[in-house]
Amino acid sequence: MAGLAAVFGTGAMTNSLPEIEDNDVIFIIGSNTKENHPIVALRMLKAVKKGAKIIIADPRKVPLVRHSALWIQQKPGTDVALLNSMMHVIVKEGMADEKFIKERTEGYDEFLKGLDEYTPEYGEKITGVPKEKIIEAARMYGKSDKVGTFYTMGITQHSHGTENVYSLANLVMLTGNIGKRSTGLNPLRGQNNVQGSSDMGGSPVNLPGYQSVTDEKVREKFEIEWGTNLPSKPGITAIDMMHEAEVGKLKALYIMGENPALSDPDIEHTKKALKNLDLLIVQDIFLTETAELAHVVLPAVTFAEKNGTFTNTDRRVQRVRKAVEPPGEAKEDSWIIMELSKKFGYDMNYENIHKVFLEIGKLWPAFAGIDYSRIRKHGIQWPCPTKDHKGTPYLFKDGFLRGKGKFTAVKYRPSEEQPDQEYPFILTTGRELFQYHTGTMTRRVKAINEISSGPYIEVNPDDAKNLSIEAGNNVCVTSRRGSITLKAKVSDRPDKGVVFIPFHFKEAAANVLTNPKALDPVCKIPELKVCAVTIKKA
Amino acid sequence: MVLNLTIDNKEISASKDATVLEAARENGIYIPTLCDNPKLKPYGGCRLCLVEIKGLPRPVGACTTPIQEGMVVQTSTERIHKLRRTVVELLLSDHPNDCMVCVKAGDCLLQELAYLYDLQNNRFYGEKRQYTQKDGNPFLERDMEKCILCRQCVRVCEEIAGVSAIEIAYRGFKAKVCPSFEDDLNCEFCGQCVSVCPTGALSGKAWSRKGRTAKTNEVTTTCPFCGCGCSLKLRVSENEVVRVSSDPDTINEGWLCVKGRFAYEFINSPDRLDAPLIRKNGKLEKASWDETLDYIYDKMDSIKQEHGPDAIGGLLSARCTNEENYLFQKFMRAVVGTNNVDHCARL
Amino acid sequence: MPDQVNIKVCMGTGGIAAGGTEVMDMFRTELDKTGIKAEVKERSNVDKVGCRGFCAKDVLVDVEVDGEVTTYECLNADMVPRIIEEHIIGGEPVTDWVTGEDYRKFNEKQIKVVLSDCGRIDPEEIDAYLDHEGYVAVKKVLTSMTPEETIESVKKSGLRGRGGGGFPTGLKWEFARKANSKQKYIICNADEGDPGAFMDRSIIEGNPHAMIEGMIIGAYGIGATKGYVYIRAEYPLAVERLRRALEHARERGFLGEKIFGTEISFDIKIKLGAGAFVCGEETALIASIEGERGLPRNKPPFPAQSGLHGKPTIINNVETLANLPYIFKNGPEWFASLGTEKSKGTKVFALTGKVNNTGLIEVPMGITLKEIIYDVGGGMEGGKEYKAVQTGGPSGGCITKDYMDLKVDYESLADIGSIMGSGGMVVLNEEDCMVNIAKFFLEFTQDESCGKCTPCRIGTKRLLEIINRITEGRGRKGDIELLLDLSEDIKDSSICGLGQTAPNPVLSTIKYFRDEYEAHINEKRCPAGVCANLLTFSVIEDNCKGCTLCVKVCPVSAITGEKKKPHLIDDELCIKCGACFDVCKFNAILKG
Repeated sequence: MAGLAAVFGTGAMTNSLPEIEDNDVIFIIGSNTKENHPIVALRMLKAVKKGAKIIIADPRKVPLVRHSALWIQQKPGTDVALLNSMMHVIVKEGMADEKFIKERTEGYDEFLKGLDEYTPEYGEKITGVPKEKIIEAARMYGKSDKVGTFYTMGITQHSHGTENVYSLANLVMLTGNIGKRSTGLNPLRGQNNVQGSSDMGGSPVNLPGYQSVTDEKVREKFEIEWGTNLPSKPGITAIDMMHEAEVGKLKALYIMGENPALSDPDIEHTKKALKNLDLLIVQDIFLTETAELAHVVLPAVTFAEKNGTFTNTDRRVQRVRKAVEPPGEAKEDSWIIMELSKKFGYDMNYENIHKVFLEIGKLWPAFAGIDYSRIRKHGIQWPCPTKDHKGTPYLFKDGFLRGKGKFTAVKYRPSEEQPDQEYPFILTTGRELFQYHTGTMTRRVKAINEISSGPYIEVNPDDAKNLSIEAGNNVCVTSRRGSITLKAKVSDRPDKGVVFIPFHFKEAAANVLTNPKALDPVCKIPELKVCAVTIKKA
Repeated sequence: MVLNLTIDNKEISASKDATVLEAARENGIYIPTLCDNPKLKPYGGCRLCLVEIKGLPRPVGACTTPIQEGMVVQTSTERIHKLRRTVVELLLSDHPNDCMVCVKAGDCLLQELAYLYDLQNNRFYGEKRQYTQKDGNPFLERDMEKCILCRQCVRVCEEIAGVSAIEIAYRGFKAKVCPSFEDDLNCEFCGQCVSVCPTGALSGKAWSRKGRTAKTNEVTTTCPFCGCGCSLKLRVSENEVVRVSSDPDTINEGWLCVKGRFAYEFINSPDRLDAPLIRKNGKLEKASWDETLDYIYDKMDSIKQEHGPDAIGGLLSARCTNEENYLFQKFMRAVVGTNNVDHCARL
Repeated sequence: MPDQVNIKVCMGTGGIAAGGTEVMDMFRTELDKTGIKAEVKERSNVDKVGCRGFCAKDVLVDVEVDGEVTTYECLNADMVPRIIEEHIIGGEPVTDWVTGEDYRKFNEKQIKVVLSDCGRIDPEEIDAYLDHEGYVAVKKVLTSMTPEETIESVKKSGLRGRGGGGFPTGLKWEFARKANSKQKYIICNADEGDPGAFMDRSIIEGNPHAMIEGMIIGAYGIGATKGYVYIRAEYPLAVERLRRALEHARERGFLGEKIFGTEISFDIKIKLGAGAFVCGEETALIASIEGERGLPRNKPPFPAQSGLHGKPTIINNVETLANLPYIFKNGPEWFASLGTEKSKGTKVFALTGKVNNTGLIEVPMGITLKEIIYDVGGGMEGGKEYKAVQTGGPSGGCITKDYMDLKVDYESLADIGSIMGSGGMVVLNEEDCMVNIAKFFLEFTQDESCGKCTPCRIGTKRLLEIINRITEGRGRKGDIELLLDLSEDIKDSSICGLGQTAPNPVLSTIKYFRDEYEAHINEKRCPAGVCANLLTFSVIEDNCKGCTLCVKVCPVSAITGEKKKPHLIDDELCIKCGACFDVCKFNAILKG
């Protein structure tokens, strides 16, 4: 998101989901939409019925490929080269939107120079995609009026994730595909309220509403509302917290509803760090892998047992309503935080959860116009500054938050870990349809486990043949960090030389293998999509 | 463009692309249907929406007939009423009519129509479809004896879900909706088919004996899984979520995925944490809230005194509500006094 | 030794089934042996030709010796050497085997238009068709007429759809012509599915080029560039000959780009149907070509407005299209001079059932039923009494003897509750039970119902069940009324022609033979002695000689009796197989 924020001034989906059905071209890169955002994918299919064409750029043959007009199978981690060579074609064939570039962007000339070397031939050499396909994609993209561009972690979870995002931003600005209905750049958020947790200040540098902790005026506003002094020094990121815990600098960690012991790269390292803490508090609905290491475990409630709001991927604030009573002594997270706060002598005295929501609106203008009574069937999309504002379906109609959109010349950088003789395969990780994230919830659903019973690795049929691996065989997968054993699924989804493991399964956790050292320098996102492994029959 | 026509002697106008059914509905004229679904292409199979149109030799389906300027339509003549009644009568003659034990009772279109047409006796009897083999998939109960061949499931699977997991096999009376080669269903299990089924032919395996619609309360909320933000309608009985559906007029247009629709069992999992735990002698043991919160305060405060607030970090959650996250970071910043707050947007 | 010998063997499906291949091979090998080979050209002397209609007497062979043609009937391979020896070498036709009066009568009242070249030319060689002025008509149309003039000519000819409905062909084309679309299609419906119908198959097997030529004319008329022939895969010979004919037509430039040097492009694809009767319904046929399950679609909109892939589409039946070259060769006025006021030209029928001459016939519209049965058909088989003719197959109805003088055309048949249909004509006699006939057709339609709409799917099933119980002696008071009521509802509420006409055989038989239904229901009796459950077999004591033949053939030992004394049949054991009845030489078994 930091990448997007740097270009446009804020990081979120620029369009809303219903607009998808009116796209002419849908460009999906690094997103297995049909499995990970199934309902977004349905909108895309609706667009196809209305005549839209889907271009998919993905190293795996994801299910939506079946409905696509063009599938580009780039090598993992070569997105910048692919996008640059597409843009090379767009510029060369006169498909750039000169008017948009002139009026709404800056840094174009410098960016243009950087494109020179990225001929389709060069692109082919790096990405492994035939240049004809690169040209075809460029033309489809360049000639269409209403392109929706969609990406997820396949773009961001790289050591050069920010550069990938810059590249995509370059592409949409180059073709003027932003700031209009059904045209824009759309990161699909992977968790129900990941947008909301960012919005709410779940960041070491931002207070709620992306307001910087280092900005004195901002701090003052919050200090008045909260009646206390606030720290001005930026905090550290989750990944750095693990590093600091490992070296003993971080002493206590309070984790609410997260399971880093399974979701973070290099699990051994993460567990070691967590064990090194003097105080680990885990607040969750189940005894997760992380909770098992805790000093204190706080029983919280599920979505069905509380009131509040979630903000989905298209900035849509929607209601969460209590349907059932929680078991035993389990309490709402808000109750727990407020009670804990009381112990510290700070009384967060809210009559009800709506009062909390209204306080957010006082501090963040984008929420100012929303109260629970305004959140109807379709929710309401921030920014919504006033009570009579209808919400904002798409962003940047009249300009970017930072003024002009900023082109950034981006050079292709290979991923940190490249396959070599010892570790000849590229491992990429992700989710599958049936399980969700670390499986805390879905693995406790009987029917789901019947369909998706355990860990597996997808291996290309050619590779499987070379390694004498048959479907259902146990294989041992090893990286420089560790080793896991799991069943092989022989599938034409991954390309030759690429293997895929879903990260839901603790008994063979993909993140034992992944590389925590390779972080995106700006966003500190770990390179979960590329690491080198070797596989053999167990 | 708008066209003018007459339905049941009422002069109305409707968009030129409208069907007779749509035009009638827009103008508050009720025409019964079983196979119609506004989100799917018109099918015209059930024949309940038959109407008479002046100039046409025989009744036509309102759902498939485009309107025309000056069209004169009758929707409820005696003849039409009789034809519709016969259609329902025929459907019931090949139906288990086991409403007493059917999960769909009270919420079933066929049952409603049988009531509407007062079908106490059926002139027709004879062979009924009987299927001995049950579908072994874990999610969907497929009771094809109750199927009325409206083909909504087939259409939604193809037109909306893009999966095409099922089609009608065989012909005539033997026609049956099934996966290829009548294997067990092996699809995405989104259950879109279940959501459109007008009878009890399709339901959730987990719904069984958990409470029919009339006995449940509904609570509208938002899905806790991916970022799509689908609106969910939780059906609750005896303090248990027993079923999930979604309204058509929502951001997700009523469609859900396998997780949203079927993965609610975790709420009632016996594994749920139901008391605070404190590690004592290396083991996590149950404790009271008061004890637990005091324990945290003591530990955290001493760390803060000894190492400063920045020795403490907090991870909030993409799973929790806005309000909870707001409170969490407020706690970390205003109470603990550190900006060491983050979440997992990166993972 | 003769100078020139030509042998033409009927090699339609009927001919092949009767042993045509063997007959042809035998002619070839035997002629080789005789040395005549030296004087007549190899292969060309033995031709296969398409069906000539008189299937009852297959294998039919024309033997032409020095220009003199003799037609033999009912040949098999063993008979060939004698013909060669006595006729070809000896010069004396084998009069015992030569066609006789039947054959003359069979042909006399027929007027052959569509079938005029069938049985005369080798359907596998395009040159044979070209020798008979093939592709002359289409050339004329494409090079000297506008599409509008083409349509006008078809309208003037009065040609109506031969597939069943009888919709004026020219008018149908005009709708499609006027429909505004870049892409249009013409489809030939060769999915002939009525039980006992083989008109279209015979045309394609006998002269596929006439239909292709007709399609090109139609395509030009409406402005289509793509055509499909939807033909059932169960017609392998027709498919093979059609495939070959299309290849030949393409080679000669009658199909493809710039036909006859004009700017017209048109080509035809074959689409094989899997034998679903409903796919003969035009919208289901379109769905099938699109790769969907063959389900009919609701009309309106009609295919001429929105058909294949949503584009204007004309669907014509094989016979309709095969008429076109002859209409344009001889002029629309000539065609209009044949037939009645509203029904022009001729109609091909598949004449089957209890007549002497069964086969494929082409008669002028307006011919009476009497002429068809007694002249063309050679009279009732075995001199039995005429009861009815069932026309129009499973969608049709029956014509009783009161209507023997009815002039057969679209309107007259519709007036009495039957239809022309695609041309099935089954002659029934006193031994046919009309309830059973209704049951036969209903079994077919309910089996072939696609299952899309409720009335057809469940309604025809219930109709059949009611009829079944009537024929099994379980009929109940009110069943006739229930049949009538349900039939009317099914007709009015089904989507497509299949369901809308499926009850016709029931309605028609009740209308004309209600007494038979009543006998089944009230007296538990089948007047024609067909319905097995209602039969009783008993011994007429006065006639029985006690020969014990019946005792020997009875499969269930239901007959007992001492030699030379009258026997007794135990009705409890009897399974009504009728073996005793058939074997008795003294008419001592009473069936009733």
